[in-house]
Formats: sequence, C-alpha cells, structure tokens
Amino acid sequence: MSADVAAAPAARLIANPTTESRAARLLLIGLGLGFLALFLVIPLFAVFAEAFRNGAAAYFEAFGDPDTQAAIRLTLLVAAIAVPLNVVFGLAASWAIAKFDFRGKSFLLTLIDLPFSVSPVVAGLCFIVLFGANGYFGPWLDHHGVQVIFAVPGLVIATVFVTFPFVARELIPLMQEQGTSEEEAALSLGANGWRTFWSVTLPNVRWALLYGVLLSNARAMGEFGAVSVVSGHLRGLTNTLPLQVEILYNDYNFVAAFAAATLLAGLGLVTLVVKSLLEWRYGDEISSKHRK
Amino acid sequence: MSVELKIRDVRKEYGSFAALNGVSLDIRQGELVALLGPSGSGKTTLLRAIAGLETLDGGKILFGDVDASSKSVQERNVGFVFQHYALFRHMTVFDNIAFGLRVRDKARRPSESAIKTKVLELLELIQLTGLEKRYPSQLSGGQRQRVALARALAIEPQVLLLDEPFGALDAQVRKDLRRWLRQIHQETGHTTVFVTHDQEEALELADRVAVLHKGDLQQIGTPDEIYDNPATPFVYAFIGESSAIPVTVQAGAAALDGAPLPVNGVSAQDGPARFFVRPQDVTVKELNGSSTVAGTVAALRRTGAYRRADIEVGARKTRVEALLPTNAPISVGDKVGLVFQRYALFPADSAPATA
Repeated sequence: MSADVAAAPAARLIANPTTESRAARLLLIGLGLGFLALFLVIPLFAVFAEAFRNGAAAYFEAFGDPDTQAAIRLTLLVAAIAVPLNVVFGLAASWAIAKFDFRGKSFLLTLIDLPFSVSPVVAGLCFIVLFGANGYFGPWLDHHGVQVIFAVPGLVIATVFVTFPFVARELIPLMQEQGTSEEEAALSLGANGWRTFWSVTLPNVRWALLYGVLLSNARAMGEFGAVSVVSGHLRGLTNTLPLQVEILYNDYNFVAAFAAATLLAGLGLVTLVVKSLLEWRYGDEISSKHRK
Repeated sequence: MSVELKIRDVRKEYGSFAALNGVSLDIRQGELVALLGPSGSGKTTLLRAIAGLETLDGGKILFGDVDASSKSVQERNVGFVFQHYALFRHMTVFDNIAFGLRVRDKARRPSESAIKTKVLELLELIQLTGLEKRYPSQLSGGQRQRVALARALAIEPQVLLLDEPFGALDAQVRKDLRRWLRQIHQETGHTTVFVTHDQEEALELADRVAVLHKGDLQQIGTPDEIYDNPATPFVYAFIGESSAIPVTVQAGAAALDGAPLPVNGVSAQDGPARFFVRPQDVTVKELNGSSTVAGTVAALRRTGAYRRADIEVGARKTRVEALLPTNAPISVGDKVGLVFQRYALFPADSAPATA
C-alpha cells in the first residue's frame, strides 16, 4: 500500500516545505561561496603566495632577521602572560557570576563585555593617559624606575584588556546552566571550597575553558590596534608580530612582511581547526549554545 | 552514629518574604520523617537549613545535644540527596560514591582499599554491582538516584536528608524506589528527613509527617493522625479530600444558613466557622427531619470502585461530596438526608484552606 503511494508520480509534487526551488538554491549557494572565496580564501591564498613569491629560501631568510625574531619572541611572551591572567580572571568572574547572587551582578556582566564594544585604539589611548610620561601614574612610575608605555608591561596590559571577555564569556553560560547543586553536594560530603573548585567546578568546565583560552590566545597574538598605540614601535624591542608585519610592509620588504604574516595566518588556521575539533568532540560540554 | 534532630523556632526570610516562620519540631533517632507541603511552604528551605546549605535568621538546630546552627555544612556530616541527583558528571559511579571518603583529611581518611570495600558494599546495597565504571550520563534516572543515595550514605552521616527524592522519576520507578528506600531505611536505621509535595508518598513512606504551609508547621504526626485528625483547616484541605461548608456557631451549636446542623461536640467559638467533612464520612439517607441535613443531588460521577455524589445543602447550595457504593439507588435531583460520621469545625478566620 505505502509502496504504491511512494511509486506514484503524484508523490513527487509534494516537496519538502522548507526546500526552495533549484534556481533559488543555486543562487544562494553561489552567493555564499562567492563571498567566502572573495573575502577569505583568496586573501589567505594571497598571503602565502606573496610570502613564497621569491621561493622557499627567501621565505625562510625572512625569519633570520633579528627584529622579526624579537617580534616573535615578544608576541609569545605577551601571550604567555596575558592568557594565564585572563584564565584566572575569567574563572574568578564566571565563578562569582554563575554561582553567587550579589548586587551589581548585571553591571559586572556589562563591564566584562566592554572590551568588545570599545575600539582597541581607544583602549590603547586610555593606557597612555594613565601610564604615559605625562599620564596620571606616569611620573610616579617613572620615579620608581618602572616603564609601562613603550615597554613590555604596556603591551601586556593592552593585550589583557582586549582579550578580557573571552574566557569569562565562554564559562558564564555553561556554569549558569550547570547550577550549584554539584558544588553543594561536594560541600555536604565534606569537601572544602578549594577542593570543591578543583574536583567539581573546574573539571565540569574544562573544555569550555580550553575553548576560551584558544580564542583569547588567538586574539592576544593577533591584536594590533591597542598594542600599536602603547608600543612606540621600537624595532627589536616593543614590536609584536602584527606590528612587525606593518613595519616590514611599510619598508617595501614585501616578502618578509608576508612571511611574518603567514605565521599569524597559520595561527588562525590552527585555532580554527582545534576550535572545530573541540566543538565536534566536546560540544555539549562546552556550552549549550554549541550543542547540535 | 545517627542522631536525633531538634529544630527550635527556626526562621528564614528572603527580603520581606518569610520562608520559615518559627518552625519547631523534634525528629527522633532513626525516624523517617516527611516534610510535606505545597510549593512555597518552606519545606525545602527547612531541609537545606538542617544541612547547613541555608543560613538561619533565627532559631537553633540541634544534632543530638550539639548545637549545629553555627557549624558549616562540611562539619555537620549530613547525607544530602538532591532532587536532580547532582552526581559529579565527570566522575564514574565508583568515584562519585568514594568522593566523601577521599576528601577527608589524612587523619580520618580510610585507606584506598578500605574505600574500595566500602564502595562495593554500598553498590551491593543499592543493587548496582558491576556498574561502578559507568558515568552518570550512562545511567537511568532511578539508577542515578540510587547512586546519589549511596554517595550520601558513604560518609556515614548523622542524618540523611532527601529533597524530593522521587520527583524527577516516572510513576512506576517512583513506586519501586519508594518501597526500596523504606527497606534501606530499615536496614541502615539513619535518622531520615525527606521533602515531598506528594501526600501519598509522605503517608506511605514516613513514620511521621510534618505538614508545612507558608513557612508554618501546621501539624506533625503519624500518617493516621494526620489523615484522621487534621489539626488545621489547611491540613484538612491539603491531605485527602474534603468538603468545606461555611456555617455559623452560636452557643455550642452550628447552623447552616439559619438551619441547625445536627452535629455534636461543637467547641468552636461563636461566629462564622467552616465545617470540614471527607467524602467517605458522609452517609446519604432518606430525609428524616432534624436528624439529617437536607440536600439535593446535583451530580453523580463514577470513579473506579465508587460513585461520587455532589449534594447541595443549605440556602446557598454549598456542594458536599459523598462516596457511595456503585449500586446506591440514587439519581440526580433526589432529595436526600445527610449524616456526618467524622468532621471538624474551624473558625472561619483561621488560615484559608487552599491546597
């Protein structure tokens, strides 16, 4: 009976109600793919093509430049300081917001998002006003022999600011969804607060934390605007990799500029792959919003 | 090991809302007590206060002779079973049950082999032997609840507290687990308090039932006492079925819309009052002068083994429900006489009897 119905030509007239006509589908898919190619694939390809324009030897030679090497080291150093600081801050903030009720909670949530809405250049300028030679704390810091602006501390501060929301933003929704009953169970079984955090709270958010670290690391290494303002562009001293790319490019040293850029592009690709792997494997442990 | 619980004038406020309004009750050693009430009655707040998961705004909680009010949740050594189990999702069943023993300080922590013995023993008690390597997500709801109970029992608690232990389970599993919990309680003898909004569960399972309403303890007693002699209008309305008839009391006699009500032992003070009676305590007879209350059959319903009749009494046609045999010779519109076997009168200004 049902086989008869399926075989009848009339059945073909009943299309899936959410399916568009063939022409509309081709148009939409074509638009999507065209956009993707124009704005993502071709530029990415161009970066690598330009970097290898004079062959592999010229590409690797670009990394022999001590200034570029210094920029790579500085970028790694800044990320190595800024990302752990963000982990600590992100855990503390999301723990406080998700597990406790207090006055000003929504205000704190808004504040955490501030770096998303403020232009990084503005953020950089704020730190100049605070810590610069003529800034509020500048003279005092100078008197004590501490240089923040045009030095590594300034780069770290600017990077921490722009990467501020990443870890907290990943953890807060997950922790809120998980609630506090597992923590209460641990406490009632005799565990102290510290033990509860390490044995219950942290393992429950470990993959989301890794996800947040990944995003915040990518941003920390790739940040340009805020870092550019506080860096002072001292070659070999305060140039991070993105700043070095700009300087090399402005010096018409295109191969070297694009070679350095491939590192950042590569970082982006690796981040993307690891991020996708995490979402695929631990989607439901990262957050409800990634759940399939 | 297991102790008696003394709860003395316990108060808890959330802003201007009084969740617990000075509740006092004693729970004997080894007793199984149900805290029963509708949502918002304060029953869960009281349970969490006993555990130390809520701070008190007044009153005391004693474990035996020790004042536990100022002790932290860790120091109280209570076994708490949460409504949604709250199993540690990244730990196996074994690690969940062992958790309370492993977090002890070195001096009191059993050896890993002693922990293993204890966990396997508990797994046998909860009839989940062989599932120790599973994760909570690989268990059914009923199995999770049993693991949660084993985890709470592992620390040899002074009292066992269960928050709506069967609330999230389907009907058949509920029934099995109820019987099983009763059995475990008999075997282990822990002083146990559980919260429920299901009166059937409370009456079937508990040695004594404490009925709470709006932060007040309405009554505590055995299931028989609670059902047969409700102390307040609320308990009358909340437990079992009842009809409430507005009456007037004057000089020890009750009147329904001006006509005298043929009932004895009226002790309520003069003024408006409410007369409570359960369907099975209403006998339907021939109308017989002043010894019966005149009524008119307004509706008949068949419910299982019985027939239920709604009978209108008094000038205001208040409905009284009666339970009748299915072969009772009665039809809608009949004039009948009612006799009340067991009933209670409460002043009308006492707490409203809304369930």
